[in-house]
Amino acid sequence: MNGLLNWIEQRIPMMRVANMHAIQYPAPVNLNFWYVFGFLATIVLVNQIVTGIWLTMNFEPSAERAFASVEYIMREVDYGWLIRYMHSTGASAFFIVVYMHMFRGMIYGSYQKPRELLWVFGMLIYLALMAEAFMGYVLPWGQMSYWGAQVIVSLFSAIPVIGPDLVIWIQGDYVISGATLNRFFALHVIALPLVIVILVFLHIIALHEVGSNNPDGIAIKHKKGSLAEEDKTSYEIHEYYTGKYDIADDVVPFFPHVVLKDLVAFSIFLAGFAYVLFFAPEMGGKFLEHPNFEIANPLKTPEHIFPVWYFTPFYAILKAVPDKLFGVLAMFGAIAALFAMPWLDRGNVRSWRYRCGLHKWNLIVFAIVFIFLGYLGGTPQENWKIIASQIATVMYFGFFGLLWIYSKNEKTKPVPERITK
Amino acid sequence: MKQLLLAIALVVLSLLSNVALAAGSSVPLDKANYDLTDQASLQNGARIFMNYCLGCHQQQYQRYSRTFEDLGVPAELGQEYLQFTGEKVTDYITTPMPQDAAATWFGAPPPDLTLVARVRGADWLYTYLRTFYVDDSKTFGVNNLVFPNVGMPHVLQELQGTPRIAYEDALIDGEVVPQYVGIKSDGDGELSPDEYDKAILDLVNYLEYTGEPSRLSSEKIGKGVLVFILIFFVFAYLLKKDYWRDVKK
Repeated sequence: MNGLLNWIEQRIPMMRVANMHAIQYPAPVNLNFWYVFGFLATIVLVNQIVTGIWLTMNFEPSAERAFASVEYIMREVDYGWLIRYMHSTGASAFFIVVYMHMFRGMIYGSYQKPRELLWVFGMLIYLALMAEAFMGYVLPWGQMSYWGAQVIVSLFSAIPVIGPDLVIWIQGDYVISGATLNRFFALHVIALPLVIVILVFLHIIALHEVGSNNPDGIAIKHKKGSLAEEDKTSYEIHEYYTGKYDIADDVVPFFPHVVLKDLVAFSIFLAGFAYVLFFAPEMGGKFLEHPNFEIANPLKTPEHIFPVWYFTPFYAILKAVPDKLFGVLAMFGAIAALFAMPWLDRGNVRSWRYRCGLHKWNLIVFAIVFIFLGYLGGTPQENWKIIASQIATVMYFGFFGLLWIYSKNEKTKPVPERITK
Repeated sequence: MKQLLLAIALVVLSLLSNVALAAGSSVPLDKANYDLTDQASLQNGARIFMNYCLGCHQQQYQRYSRTFEDLGVPAELGQEYLQFTGEKVTDYITTPMPQDAAATWFGAPPPDLTLVARVRGADWLYTYLRTFYVDDSKTFGVNNLVFPNVGMPHVLQELQGTPRIAYEDALIDGEVVPQYVGIKSDGDGELSPDEYDKAILDLVNYLEYTGEPSRLSSEKIGKGVLVFILIFFVFAYLLKKDYWRDVKK
């Protein structure tokens, strides 16, 4: 056995990479609840890919057969309903864990120097994920698939000059049709998953280059020779890290310590996931919208058209602006602002534990505003909601503006040298 | 910090609970207490569906054989009592009515009913099928409270009898005003009001079943899975605790 492993190791660095990136990777000892969502997102990604492969075995991407083939999977393929619900519940679960993961990055300053690119790769994953989820939602060819696609694709028509032609180019037809469905299928099952997997790879490589942040927002890696011998970690850490830095006695190896912690979190997550999957796969019409159980009908507009819940905050921002072009700009601006986080925040203290009180409140209000926008974008339009969504939109952008202003000369608390235990 | 998280969680929960109110009807819907484990009810629902609905509506995504199997109906009996136009047991449940012609007759083709319970909800169906009333201004002589101006005749009238909107005089601010109190049958139908409600409940039960035939097995498997995850959690937790015992905190 050892001989075989050696034979392989001399030809491909299997154990070296495993040691470097998993077994002997130094993880801060104080990683808390907020730090499990990256691991969970990876698990959900694997779930989506595996169940997706099985779904494609029976799904037929044509306007005539798509809806019927989904029902064929639900009724006649052995455990087809299980695979389909794993995929549909997984889509929503993906966004839940990704939103938690992003908010974690915001409260502990994980986007700050030197993790700017790590954050940008993460945002690119989020962007690709939104495209992936949108196109995936079109595939069952229900009423909401069709009309949701209609609304989203038509947004591009707001772009001056090229807009209308661009819409036809995206649709592959003058209207949303079987041609659109077919190309969305190609993008959903091949192009975007490839992009996402590559981006996730880059995200992890970038993470391991700069190291994991932690709730204290302070480094575990110190300048070579700056730590006394008794302050260094006694765990076996890969020399890729110990060669360049002194690793403080504030770390545990990723395996088994962090993996076991993640495993506990995973089993809790799985319980919630399984509950929805087996007992409430529609999640009250939020994960699978009721009108989507009716086949797409271009002649019959549904009473209310909503995107799925994870897009509704941005949909609310779009609707809050009376002008279509500026609405689209505001919507994309809302995502662009997140991209710019590393540069909008001019502070040099990472964690909200040691930042000013205003920063804490700013983050909390931002989270509430985001959820509130999601509510406004996902429920029928009423008069009070127009004003409310306009106020919430201003508050959404206000978060970034405020951050930019107060972070310049912020009154922060003293940051500890070593991780607090 | 914990309180803040709790507060955020509460906000999320209260927003989610609002969702339940988002049904689109002016009439309060009656609760349909259907029971997917009640095979007698499902069989009666299937019987009503095949006799009264299938003339116009299809269930083109469901096969007769699947319905028979899940409802505990032997194939020979099913073929004899539930199939009328000589289809095979493995055929999809389709209507003999030509859909193109139906579109001309009714203004739109009668919708497929395989998934109608997942589109409309059981309560909506239960209320809708019990709120037809005589309205001579309409093509089919009836109108509906839940679905005003619906282009569908009251095909269950021979069961319910002639339904009329019932008013009772009430005294409001010193004036006698007729108040809507419900739908009352003239009593010329085959069923009493209670029997009719029960028949509709059976039909709704059947439609709920065809919307998601996997529901019962899903819940059965789900319970086992949750028990497994609970055991898995205990072991994962103990293992984690053991490994972290020596970590300096």
